[in-house]
Amino acid sequence: MLKYILKKLLVMVLTLWIIITLTFVLMVSVPGSPFNSEGNSNEIVQQNLEKHYNLDKPLHVQYLLYLKSVATLDFGPSIKQPNQTVNDLLGRGFPISAELGFITIIVAVISGIILGILAALRHNGIIDYMAMGIAVLGISIPNFILATLLIQNLAVNWEIFPVATWKSPMHMVLPVFALATGPMAIIARLTRSTMLEVLTQDYIKMARAKGLTPWKIIVKHALRNALMPVITIMGTLLAGIMTGSFVIEQIFAIPGMGKYFVESINHRDFPVIMGTTVFYSAFLIVMLFLVDIAYGILDPRIKVTKKEGE
Amino acid sequence: MKSNQHPQHFTKDNAPDEWFTWRNKNIKEQELVARPSLSYWKDAWRRLKKNFLAMSGLVFLILLVLMAIFGPIFSPYDANTQVLSEQYQPPSAEHWFGTDGAGRDVFTRTWHGARISLFVGFMAALIDVTIGIIWGGISGYKGGRTDNVMMRIIEILYGIPYLLVVILLLVVMGPSLMTIIIALTVTGWVGMARIVRGQVMQIKNYEYVLASKSFGTKTPRIIRKGLLPNTMGPIIVQMTLTVPSAIFAEAFLSFIGLGISSPNASWGVMANDSLGAILSGNWWTLFFPAFFISFTMFAFNVLGDGLQDALDPKLRK
Repeated sequence: MLKYILKKLLVMVLTLWIIITLTFVLMVSVPGSPFNSEGNSNEIVQQNLEKHYNLDKPLHVQYLLYLKSVATLDFGPSIKQPNQTVNDLLGRGFPISAELGFITIIVAVISGIILGILAALRHNGIIDYMAMGIAVLGISIPNFILATLLIQNLAVNWEIFPVATWKSPMHMVLPVFALATGPMAIIARLTRSTMLEVLTQDYIKMARAKGLTPWKIIVKHALRNALMPVITIMGTLLAGIMTGSFVIEQIFAIPGMGKYFVESINHRDFPVIMGTTVFYSAFLIVMLFLVDIAYGILDPRIKVTKKEGE
Repeated sequence: MKSNQHPQHFTKDNAPDEWFTWRNKNIKEQELVARPSLSYWKDAWRRLKKNFLAMSGLVFLILLVLMAIFGPIFSPYDANTQVLSEQYQPPSAEHWFGTDGAGRDVFTRTWHGARISLFVGFMAALIDVTIGIIWGGISGYKGGRTDNVMMRIIEILYGIPYLLVVILLLVVMGPSLMTIIIALTVTGWVGMARIVRGQVMQIKNYEYVLASKSFGTKTPRIIRKGLLPNTMGPIIVQMTLTVPSAIFAEAFLSFIGLGISSPNASWGVMANDSLGAILSGNWWTLFFPAFFISFTMFAFNVLGDGLQDALDPKLRK
């Protein structure tokens, strides 16, 4: 197990290093970037930048110092907002984005699993077709389109929910709904197909023969095994929710990290782009790592310790 | 003993000749199989035809491609000419899909958008497949050390968040049709390579590959003739997922300000431009691009599902 974790850890560090290097190379090479141009109007900003990125030093020294500053989680100043550092923006935006993401994933997982189970239990019945219809629609409609439809109908026309911002639970309903539909659909389809497979297994027949209640069979015996594939795609889903939140936060004017990120792209605020990209990537890679580890622990069929015995 | 007492009992030796006729005097004709043997592709196509949803998806996509090519020709309007006197006209006999905030005909722009969106989708899928087949094929066929190194590279690339890299590259290269396709394929081929590798690794151990090896067939020919045709099923299914995800990614990029620059319209750009318009009730400017993005993704998804079932040899009857 330890060897498995160490191997994954090594890959994780390497991936991170590649991303950090990539951001550095791209930002140094981009024409018109603050790192190689003199066209920066704001004197103070330019000085701060030069100080933080050591622009007067040779390139390899800049690179090493950049690595060091990233390692100490110091992402430098913003160039469009003079007295802001990237860390300020992250500190303000991340808790909100994390809240949105967390609620979304909970909603998506729970509703997706329920939908998947219902479809599997009524295989080829009306409920099955309806659930899978919802799932295919959920996968097909991009979240930003769903979001605008929701705003137009539920917020503007019918005035059930507030249009934008992030203040009360009522404000959360529409963005979470828009963001959770896609992942929910994927989970529902996956749960359905694995449930259908699991339900034909002998041990389910055995459980039935023993006279267990359907509820107990589904929850205790079938669902446990049907959930393994859901765990494997959690990493991908997380990435999807995260990038989805860029647009959703933009549309619903939620002051999260995604909104700052999109703004920084539009303003070509390079330090913020670099900092957020590295931060997002690191967050996601650590999550993927945790999912991998969790999968290794949860699934008894995976022999992560096999090599050690040899 | 009992059978002898029965006058009705005949064996093949004492049965009257008139009972029998020559069914087919020509031996060759006898050997013919009654039903034409179905090749893998014919069989898959036969099963796909039975899947109503998948076929509707296919028909929709064919119509869409045709409209993308010929649609703008039917329209008397130019996609990018702005007529300020005709702002926000609702759908009517003159403007079937209405006009947008700059007085441009939404019908014409929709098909122009289809060209760009479909082009991005198909190009991205094509490049992914090409790189994926080469990388996955070599990695799976060679195995051992080569495979190990190639897979480690894939593993690392796979860990890099896809859209973040795309965004980063586009910020640097500047958004245009070509740079979007490049950015989408820089790490996009990884999934395809994994699938090809898995397939090749499985198939290369089959007896027929061993047989052709023992006849002295050269490696490129084995890969081309023996392995690739049998990996095509999963590759095609993966392609039906790559195209809509590229279309989605392009629309997503338009939304965060990294889309193809106007006046050229992709569906994503059109949808993004009309975000403000729906709040004032001009729903059609958003509806048509949004409808076509969603329906195209839907069509690809159901077609992909259908193909997955149709191309699965395990389900072959």
